[in-house]
Amino acid sequence: MTQEIKNSPVLEVIDLHVSIEDKEILKGVNLTVNIGEVHAIMGPNGSGKSTLANVLAGRPEYTVTGGQVLYKGMDLLSMLPELRAREGIFLAFQYPVELPGVRTWQFLKASVDAIRQHRGEKVLSVREFDKLLDEKREIVEMDTDLVKRSVNEGFSGGEKKRNEIMQMALLDPTLALLDETDSGLDIDALRIVSEGVNKVRSDKNAFVLVTHYQRILNYITPDYVHVLVDGSIVRSGGRELALELEDKGYEWLRDQVAV
Amino acid sequence: MTEQRVISRATGVEDNEYKWGFDFDIESDKAPKGLSEDIVRLISQKKGEPEWMLEWRLKAYKYWLTLDNEEPKWANIDYPPIDFQDMYYYAAPKSSAEAPQSMDDVDPEIREAFNKLGIPLIEQQRLSGVAVDAVLDSASVATTYRKMLEEVGVIFCSVSEAVKTHPDLVKKYLGSVVPYTDNFFAALNAGVFSDGSFVYVPPGVRCPIELMTYFRINELNTGQFERTLIIADKGSYVSYLEGCTAPMRKTHQLHAAVVELIALDDAEIKYSTLQNWFPGDKEGNGGVYNFVTKRGAARGKNSKISWTQVETGSAITWKYPSVILQGDNSVGEFYSVALVNNYQQADTGTKMIHIGKNTKSTIIAKGISAGKAQNTYRGQVKIMPSATNARNFTQCDSLLIGDKCGAHTVPYIEVRNPTAQMAHEATTSKVDDSQLFYLQQRGIGLEDANYMIINGFCRGIFKELPFEFAAEASQLLRVNLEGTVG
Ligand SMILES: Nc1ncnc2c1ncn2[C@@H]1O[C@H](COP(=O)(O)OP(=O)(O)OP(=O)(O)O)[C@@H](O)[C@H]1O
Ligand SMILES: [Mg+2]
Repeated sequence: MTQEIKNSPVLEVIDLHVSIEDKEILKGVNLTVNIGEVHAIMGPNGSGKSTLANVLAGRPEYTVTGGQVLYKGMDLLSMLPELRAREGIFLAFQYPVELPGVRTWQFLKASVDAIRQHRGEKVLSVREFDKLLDEKREIVEMDTDLVKRSVNEGFSGGEKKRNEIMQMALLDPTLALLDETDSGLDIDALRIVSEGVNKVRSDKNAFVLVTHYQRILNYITPDYVHVLVDGSIVRSGGRELALELEDKGYEWLRDQVAV
Repeated sequence: MTEQRVISRATGVEDNEYKWGFDFDIESDKAPKGLSEDIVRLISQKKGEPEWMLEWRLKAYKYWLTLDNEEPKWANIDYPPIDFQDMYYYAAPKSSAEAPQSMDDVDPEIREAFNKLGIPLIEQQRLSGVAVDAVLDSASVATTYRKMLEEVGVIFCSVSEAVKTHPDLVKKYLGSVVPYTDNFFAALNAGVFSDGSFVYVPPGVRCPIELMTYFRINELNTGQFERTLIIADKGSYVSYLEGCTAPMRKTHQLHAAVVELIALDDAEIKYSTLQNWFPGDKEGNGGVYNFVTKRGAARGKNSKISWTQVETGSAITWKYPSVILQGDNSVGEFYSVALVNNYQQADTGTKMIHIGKNTKSTIIAKGISAGKAQNTYRGQVKIMPSATNARNFTQCDSLLIGDKCGAHTVPYIEVRNPTAQMAHEATTSKVDDSQLFYLQQRGIGLEDANYMIINGFCRGIFKELPFEFAAEASQLLRVNLEGTVG
């Protein structure tokens, strides 16, 4: 594997066009994320934020109609979703999926095994894995009981989000895409989840954080804030852009695009 | 214009190889093809049976003749007429003409064959805690752990042996739950059954190990008609497991077994099946026709009979393990996973007949259909007038993989006592793309993801299996699911 050096691009999205059921959702998105950076993506409902995150992770329902994505220099769009994951892309789902009857422990073990095998590392024994899991569980203060239950089944909204961040910590991704992980969290959970992210954050990985609220950015300081409106990024800036958006909403940007 | 690109799920899936499809090269002792009174006599003679046994067989055979080759037609299965004269009714590995007295007497080739199947025949493997009665084609070739069982008074042997050593028990109970007049296949079986397992657990004894029988059809064109009889006397407990495999054959093979369970007062029988007969190839050639009658009589008060089945094999499965809840407070349970793929057909379910007071039955049936296969759950719950305060809970869940398969639920409910409490739930679902994607996003390949979801769907049933076999069941599922996604 190539050694990541700070400030080298981990992700380059070039003029990306994506449709679903013949409706164009992303209309030429450009985005470069360097290793060590945190990018926040904001924008109104339905503007395509989840679409972008999901296409990067390889969700099959979407059709890429144009553009290119390079991930660590590789042609990302030609890779199977599981390969992307094994290569270090992690998506924290806006709506984590319930898997009835699939025990969380089994699921996490299978996931860690697959990723370690791909990296040529040895498969962890049950004991080693349990130790690792305990460590990561504590990061998000998640109850041991949840690990024994079926994946996300009957979890509260907040528990599901914590579970996503716990998985992120466990899988130690190179590029983490967090899709509204802060939505539906109470104040304490927001702090816990944010701290979790900060613990995982290093100069060897990068984050793309989709959010509606600048609140989370108080905890996780972004290097860049982008505004996605109607399928394209209409404005990029620093931390202060989020505050400006909170103040003014999105209409003024929409108007600017129209002009 | 830019190039059109679609994110898709491509997988390099290998053909589904039936892993159990090898043949044993064992010389066999076969009766001539076809069925006649002479064949029935021959089978009885080969087994050295007493007169009463032969008479019973002949009565059954004669009754079968009156049915005039008319198999039951009500099931949701479709197959060409079976020529009952075009198959063999008796085949035993030659070396077992003299029944083995101990493990050392077992033909090494047969031992080797069973080793290949992963069956713990050797007594040294005692630690694995399973007693095995292996039935190859028709004859019981080895019974292990005999001594340990003898010490507690549990009888575990082949039916043919029990006919000779415990005639009173056999006379009293054989056909008492499934009379030969019960149905076409039961009549056929009673006439020509060649072997099977016999279990008797004396009063107050908790059988110390799981008892198990592995069935395998090896001979070409041979029907297998085993007959199993399990009696749990007052206050006893036994857990019994059967596994089944058959080699790959281009032609169909007939398997028509009868299983009878009897639980007396306060006794419990737990009967688990992993059925993996050859299902036929991808085009629907070959495969076992599995027409089986299984029934338990919860005769005593507070008795309990529990059926757990994992059905992944056979071209056709026709099977309704049932419980007659005769004793007051008796309990009947049916837990089932039926997986069909390619051209397999399964029409399976249960019957719960409530007769005693405060009787309680639970039915949980999970059907999985893939390929062009058809899966039918057929269940009957009958509350007789005498069954005051009877309760039934039924849950049928169907899971579809792809859009060429089918799932059907046919529940019959007959309530003749107003105090009955009945609950019925049914669901049909598909393996959800977003579930698959979630698992893939965590690095898990598509095949594995599919398997995990389906395994999760079956979890409630697998947990009813004895621990050692739950893993095997889940492995069977995996092998039989190969190539169903992508
Ligand atoms: N499966 C689908 N079928 C049809 N339209 C879809 C589908 N998925 C997404 N869309 C549409 O694509 C557009 C973008 O959706 P997306 O989920 O990316 O928005 P978002 O920016 O994440 O919104 P939110 O802030 O509400 O989460 C929406 O108009 C949505 O209705
Ligand atoms: Mg969204």
